[in-house]
Amino acid sequence: MTLRLDERDEARLAGDEGPAVRTAIRVVTRLATVMGADRLLDVTGAHIDSCLYHGQAVLDFADHLADAGARVAVPTTLNVSSLDLLHPELDRGDPVESRQSRRLMERFEEMGCRPTWTCAPYQLETRPSFGEQVAWAESNAIVFANSVLGARTHRYGDFADICCAIIGRAPAAGLHLDENRRATVVVRLQGVSSELIGRDVLYPVLGGLIGRLVGRGVPVVDGLPPGVSEDRLKALGAASAATGTVGMFHMVGSTPEASTLVDALHGREPDEEVAVTAADLRAARDRLSTTTDDRLRTVSLGTPHYSITEIGRLVELLGDGRVADGVAFYVSTGRDIYHEVELRGWADRLADAGVTVVTDTCTYFTPIIEDLGGTAMTDSAKWAYYAPGNLGVEVVFGSVEDCVASAMTGRVVRDESIWADA
Amino acid sequence: MPDQPRVLVAGTAAGEVLHLDEPLSFWGGLDATDGRIIDRRHPQVDRVVAGRVLAMPHGRGSSSASSVLCEAVRAGTAPVAILMAEPDELVALGAIVAEEIYGVVVPVVVVGHEAYQGLVDGERVTVGPDGTVGRA
Repeated sequence: MTLRLDERDEARLAGDEGPAVRTAIRVVTRLATVMGADRLLDVTGAHIDSCLYHGQAVLDFADHLADAGARVAVPTTLNVSSLDLLHPELDRGDPVESRQSRRLMERFEEMGCRPTWTCAPYQLETRPSFGEQVAWAESNAIVFANSVLGARTHRYGDFADICCAIIGRAPAAGLHLDENRRATVVVRLQGVSSELIGRDVLYPVLGGLIGRLVGRGVPVVDGLPPGVSEDRLKALGAASAATGTVGMFHMVGSTPEASTLVDALHGREPDEEVAVTAADLRAARDRLSTTTDDRLRTVSLGTPHYSITEIGRLVELLGDGRVADGVAFYVSTGRDIYHEVELRGWADRLADAGVTVVTDTCTYFTPIIEDLGGTAMTDSAKWAYYAPGNLGVEVVFGSVEDCVASAMTGRVVRDESIWADA
Repeated sequence: MPDQPRVLVAGTAAGEVLHLDEPLSFWGGLDATDGRIIDRRHPQVDRVVAGRVLAMPHGRGSSSASSVLCEAVRAGTAPVAILMAEPDELVALGAIVAEEIYGVVVPVVVVGHEAYQGLVDGERVTVGPDGTVGRA
């Protein structure tokens, strides 16, 4: 497939709109060729992951663009960074690296991006509509935009995100196009108890399993009651994008392009059908833990950033209780959600219970956690998947109910009964 | 008939093959300061990619993979070439940006499943500008 550019694309490539635009369109057109696109298309928004500091290279690239006067052409939100600007006292990192991180964040603000600092931009007040073409980075946000909102983004990564935002264009390929949104793999739940289906904890575990099963395919989940909540779809998508390369999934009766199984399959036969049993789910759950040591030191919730509903559930589970001495308990969320937490009077309640709220960043790559010895517990498959490698911490995965119960006793406790066969 | 190589980033390179048996997410899976694989669930954990011709099925996971590859190029800990069974634009993009801002070319070639399987860990290979892989 040959890439055909329009007149304005060509002019930008020739440098008519300055060096920043030229760099941006060079990167996007090279990417378009890699993706096999025959043209670029307009996007109406972008979400940027390049603001997370991974070393000098990302700052060099941001400097390269910002020094040349780059500005985003479409409304653009920013992903988590490496710093919690609202709670700087939590940072235990190297001060030089913290300054570099801060500098990187400033460069993106200079380019006109909104300082939202969240990995869950779909929890902000405005979000893309059904069918809207956008350029989003951050794997969990991508899968949510495509699957739950029915917006259209390919799996953009660092660099591509800001370059698309600067030119307001993206390669017409991948998940931007109808034909690539067709479900290819049917994932059918068999013999899974209605008890487990009714629990939040099923969804990240199922997502982690699906990521491994389908790799880069587009899965459609069949066999769940309709109307699965956004928070559960979020957890499923985030997990599948961490363990696999899922950019979009369908769930019959719950996601907008899957009113029926036939709709999700675009009326065609699937490439593959896979049955998932309670035993498969138990095995998938067990893969998310690295230790059986029950001495709990850390609990981390909120990966992706907790919604207001999820924080409400945490407040409810904590009741009048308090986290045991020697256990550090973190919950990560976006600053917009945190503002609402404050308005609802939950911030004090969380503090009184011994819970530390982290905003703008996340605990699985930022040096915030006090004690990496002992066991860390999480309700996030994504956190469980990445934290051992990033932080060197041992992890036990459990439901949010397990996490709160464990935090209060200082020992890992999990409700095994819900995982039984139907 | 073996698959024709598809060049995602063109360049030449020579080095010893490091063969990954499973997809690797560079982000969370690779330490750019020393080029070591840190994903504890990966079969090649603790191997070092620096200076190697990295043979892998494709990338995996987080969209920050490109940054980590680009940072590894800057730090001199990157593979000298990447040969994949399937295309992966996050991997390609990391190499594209490294070329744009540092002028260092890490060729990225989709060689297909058969050629990927045929690459032996430790053997010396060359990568040509048209994506051909030669045994040195």
